Amino acid sequence: MTEAKGAGVPVGAPAEDLSFEEALARLEAVVARLEKGDEPLETALELFEEGIRLSRLLTAKLEEAQARIDEVVADGAGGTVLRPFEPGDAGEDDA
Amino acid sequence: MLRSDAPGRLRPRGGAPIRHDRRIMTVGELTSYVKGLLDGDPFLADVWVKGEISNFRHHTSGHMYFTLKDATASVRAVMFRKANQRLAFRPENGLEVIAGGRVSVYERDGQYQLYVREMEPAGMGSLYLAFEQLKRKLADEGLFDEALKRELPSLPRRVGIVTSPTGAALRDIVTVARRRYPNIHLVLSPALVQGDGAPADIIRALELLSARDDIDVVILARGGGSIEELWAFNDEALARAIRACRHPVVCGVGHETDVTIADLAADRRAATPSNAAEMAVPRKADLSWKVGVLTGRLERALRALVAERMKAVERLSLSSALARPSRILDSRRQRVDDLSRNALLSFTRQVEACRMRRDALAGRLEALSPLAVLARGYAVCRRAADGKVVGSVALVRPGDAVEVEVRDGVIDCTVGGARRKADLMEGEG
Repeated sequence: MTEAKGAGVPVGAPAEDLSFEEALARLEAVVARLEKGDEPLETALELFEEGIRLSRLLTAKLEEAQARIDEVVADGAGGTVLRPFEPGDAGEDDA
Repeated sequence: MLRSDAPGRLRPRGGAPIRHDRRIMTVGELTSYVKGLLDGDPFLADVWVKGEISNFRHHTSGHMYFTLKDATASVRAVMFRKANQRLAFRPENGLEVIAGGRVSVYERDGQYQLYVREMEPAGMGSLYLAFEQLKRKLADEGLFDEALKRELPSLPRRVGIVTSPTGAALRDIVTVARRRYPNIHLVLSPALVQGDGAPADIIRALELLSARDDIDVVILARGGGSIEELWAFNDEALARAIRACRHPVVCGVGHETDVTIADLAADRRAATPSNAAEMAVPRKADLSWKVGVLTGRLERALRALVAERMKAVERLSLSSALARPSRILDSRRQRVDDLSRNALLSFTRQVEACRMRRDALAGRLEALSPLAVLARGYAVCRRAADGKVVGSVALVRPGDAVEVEVRDGVIDCTVGGARRKADLMEGEG
C-alpha cells in the first residue's frame, strides 16, 4: 500500500470504485507528491482536488457498514443469502 | 483332534505305512495343528507388544502389513482395514509402537503373526503424533508457507465468522468487534466445532462465506477446550479448505498455548477468539484519524505551494521596484500584474472548475480560500471563444475577445495588442 502503488495511478482517474486500501494508498501518494512542492500550479490543484475526493470517499466508506449481525445460509440453489442472526436460546456451550 | 490321537498310529494317505509308530501329516494338517495350539491359548488371544515398525505396507485393500522388531527378534503383524481406520496417526517405518491383538498363524505362509486390533505410538500420545505427522506432511507440501499468507484488509466491508452460534467465542468476537468498529457488519456462518462431524461442518460453513463477494475477511474460532475437543481443527481437509477460501482467514482456536493445524494453515494465527477479532476488525478511530491526518497534510501542502508561488511573485515585484525608480512604477505594476497573472492563471481557472464541482468536493477548497487571490486584485484571462486560459501572449491576437474574471465578475475585453516580456524589457531599458 503505499506510494509505489498509488503513485503510478494517473491523476484524475475515477475514485469511486476504489477499495478503502486503494483509496488510502492513492491519497498517500497524492499528498506525497503535493508535499514535494514542485508541481505546476495546475497539476497541484488537480492533485488537491483528487485528494479531497479520496478523502471524502474514505470517510464515506468508514460509515458505509451497517451495525448488524447476519447469518449466511445456503439458498438451496447453489448460492447463499444473508438473514438477520437470531441468537438461539439453546443455551451456552463451552465452545 | 490330532492331539488326542498322537502318538497313535496313522495311515498316511495313498501309501503304505513306512513305520508303524510314525505318523505322517500334510503341511496343512501341521499348520492347522500349530494354529490350533496358538488360537487355543488364552494368553496369546490378547497380548500387547512393543516394537519398532519396519517393512510397513498399506495395501490397496486397506489392510496394513508390517513387521515389529526389537534388537533381538521380529514378528510379522497385520492390521486389517476395519481396525486401522480407527488409528489417529499414520504408522510408519521406524516408529516405536505398542500393538495390541492376538497371535495366530497365517497358514499359507506357515508364519505366525500378530493380528493387531489397536495400536498407539510408544512414548507419546497418538493424537500428538497424528498432529506432528499431519503438520510435517502439510509443511513439506508448502501449505504453511509464508508466501501464501494474505494480507488482511485495512477496512473489511463485512467480516465473516465461522464458529458455534451458541458459544462463548462468538460472544467474545462480537464484543471486541463492536468496541473497535461500532458499525461493523458481521456475518456468522454457524458450524459444529467439536465431534466427529465437526471438520466437515466447519468446511461447509467456510465455503458458504468463501462463495460470497461481499466478505473481506473470515474469522475461524472456537473457545478453549481439551486437545480432543479442539481436534476438529487438526484436520487435513480443513487446512486445505482454509487455503482455498477466497478471503483471508484469521484463526483463533482455544487459548494462547493451543496450536492447531488450522492455525498454521490460516493467513493469521490469533491466540484466542477475541484476539482474532482484534486482528480482523480495525479500530475505526485509527482509520478516521489516518484519513484526517492525510487530508490535513493535503491542505497544508497546497497552501504551502500556493504561498511559495505568491512569494516568488512578490520577490520579483520588490526587486523590480528597487531597481527601477518611480518613473516606471506604473508600467512595473502592470508587469507584475502580468507575471502574477501568468503564475496564477491556471490556478484560478481550476478554482472556477472546483467551484462548479463543489457539491462533489468536501467543501474544504473554500476553506482554503483560493478566491482570496481574486479578491487581492488578481484576475484570470480566458479566450472568449474556447474558455482557454491565456497563459501566454502567443494565445491571443489583436482583436480577439477575452474575458477577464475578477473578484466580483467578468470584464469582456478585446485584445488591442500583445508584447512578449523580452520586448517589454528592451523597450524599458
